[in-house]
Amino acid sequence: MAGHSNYVPQSAAAKWLEARLPVISLMRGSFVDFPTPKNLNYWWTFGGILFFVLVAQILTGVVLAMHYTASTAAGFDSVEHIMRNVNFGWLLRYLHANGASMFFIAVYIHMFRGMYYGSYKAPREISWILGVIIFLIMMATAFMGYVLPWGQMSFWGATVITNLFSAIPLVGEEIRTFLWGGFSVDNPTLKRFFSLHYLLPFMIFGVALLHVWAFHTTGNNNPTGVQPKSKQDTVPFHPYYTVKDLFAIIVFMILFAWFAFYVPNYMGHPDNYIEANPLVTPAHIVPEWYFLPFYAILRAIPDKLGGVVAMFGSIAVLFVLPWLDTSKVRSGTFRPLFKQFFWIFGAVCVGLGYLGAQPAEGIYVILARILTAYYFAHFLIILPLLGFLEKPKPLPASISEAVLAKSGGGQPAGAVAAPDTK
Amino acid sequence: MAQQDTVEPTRRDFLYIATGAVGAVGAGALAWPFIDQMNPDASALALASIEVDVSAVEEGQSITVKWRGKPVFIRHRTAEEIEKAKSVSLDDLPDQFARNSNLPADATATDEHRAAPEKEPWLIMVGICTHLGCVPLGDAGDFGGWFCPCHGSHYDTAGRIRKGPAPENLMVPPFEFVADQTIKIG
Repeated sequence: MAGHSNYVPQSAAAKWLEARLPVISLMRGSFVDFPTPKNLNYWWTFGGILFFVLVAQILTGVVLAMHYTASTAAGFDSVEHIMRNVNFGWLLRYLHANGASMFFIAVYIHMFRGMYYGSYKAPREISWILGVIIFLIMMATAFMGYVLPWGQMSFWGATVITNLFSAIPLVGEEIRTFLWGGFSVDNPTLKRFFSLHYLLPFMIFGVALLHVWAFHTTGNNNPTGVQPKSKQDTVPFHPYYTVKDLFAIIVFMILFAWFAFYVPNYMGHPDNYIEANPLVTPAHIVPEWYFLPFYAILRAIPDKLGGVVAMFGSIAVLFVLPWLDTSKVRSGTFRPLFKQFFWIFGAVCVGLGYLGAQPAEGIYVILARILTAYYFAHFLIILPLLGFLEKPKPLPASISEAVLAKSGGGQPAGAVAAPDTK
Repeated sequence: MAQQDTVEPTRRDFLYIATGAVGAVGAGALAWPFIDQMNPDASALALASIEVDVSAVEEGQSITVKWRGKPVFIRHRTAEEIEKAKSVSLDDLPDQFARNSNLPADATATDEHRAAPEKEPWLIMVGICTHLGCVPLGDAGDFGGWFCPCHGSHYDTAGRIRKGPAPENLMVPPFEFVADQTIKIG
């Protein structure tokens, strides 16, 4: 990181600071001079987009916490108070609620990008694993945040999810009581969820920095999956990727703003505008859309412990993905069979998401079982076998060669050929 | 040549291990209040029992009362429902235990072990699905008892799980008839 900068402090103040805390060269090495593969496409901008969404969530969240009251007696009303009385409260809450969905849209694209281009493979396993940890903390944060408005979906979502832990043999019931702080989801539960909902985003931020540190140590992956071999293969992060990321963030903000201003409740559930009632379960409980594939897996297994194990297993399998994929070739671009299975897998995930929103009966249960089986087969059977069965296409000798071949050959001159030496 | 390296433990070794041990115990003792504060507090543990007057509940009706923050179903069953519950063979039940807090844990799930003693029409159970904690709907499901809308568990007219993902029969809470028409729960 810092090692990538050839920064030499010029002013007296900068020299003074640099000798005591080399923070300028650290920042320059990480986000200005950092040598980045020159062929990154727009799928690589989602890391920057995710940082933007995380910061947006923390900012809107901190100000919402100034108006929210975490209690079963006042929680629901305080959210309505934010919507009706607080200046711009409606905007801040809609940004925060839709921001959570935006976060998951971006993170799912980011994860599928990593899967397609083999970003999890050696030497980037740690970066991938840290990413899965971030994903888990994100899910916990989003779940607890959804409980805070104390509507019917908040309450019953919290009840169903915390009851998952009661499936653990022997100590399950005790763990559930411990999580609740009582004998049902109640005031102590709401208050601890609020406290943790405030804490966890900062943990995400910390792990995200480790995530970046890891792939800045190994270097970014890129669409060819071929490691940069010379200075001709990379460009400095600034201005090339700061501008590209910023452009992508602005386009993403348009989508974000469209949801927040035009259809702010599209991704929510109307039942959450009914105050929580412990005596009445809504006829059809569904989690937020981003949990639906996992919810479908939970319901597909006709056994309580089995369903819970399958659901957590569907995420746990991601941790060992770097060792399940036996192919030496990183990028899906050069893997004709993998490419097809990748898109089938993507469709299976979307299909599970659809089934998670349907009632658990009839044909939906059968389909969910088939797709759940395929989900695990993709990781545990298809990926390990493909490495042996597939004949990958020839890899380009370098990133530069791949870029030039794509743009129709010919040797460009000057800054285009070697922007780093301009 | 092999050399004998074993040295007698010194006082420094002893101090090192003793300091470490005391430090570990201290860290554990300090961590416990931070963990234990999550457990149910005194007000949650001070479980008031409730008394319910059921004289207004006619045959075929049920009421739901709140106990320990949870719904409790009190159903006045019809003769037909009782007959239906009694006709089921134990072998047809996914969960063969009564799950009745007033009986030993190994009591079988016969209708007698589920209903109130000597007052067979009365069925008192915690209205929480044993799958993931939703409140089942009454007079519903394939077995004429309760149906949980969340994940499709069907309970029969004795509150026993018959079909779906729930692992256990609906729990019967500790209760007794303190008067002819008054039930004390808890």
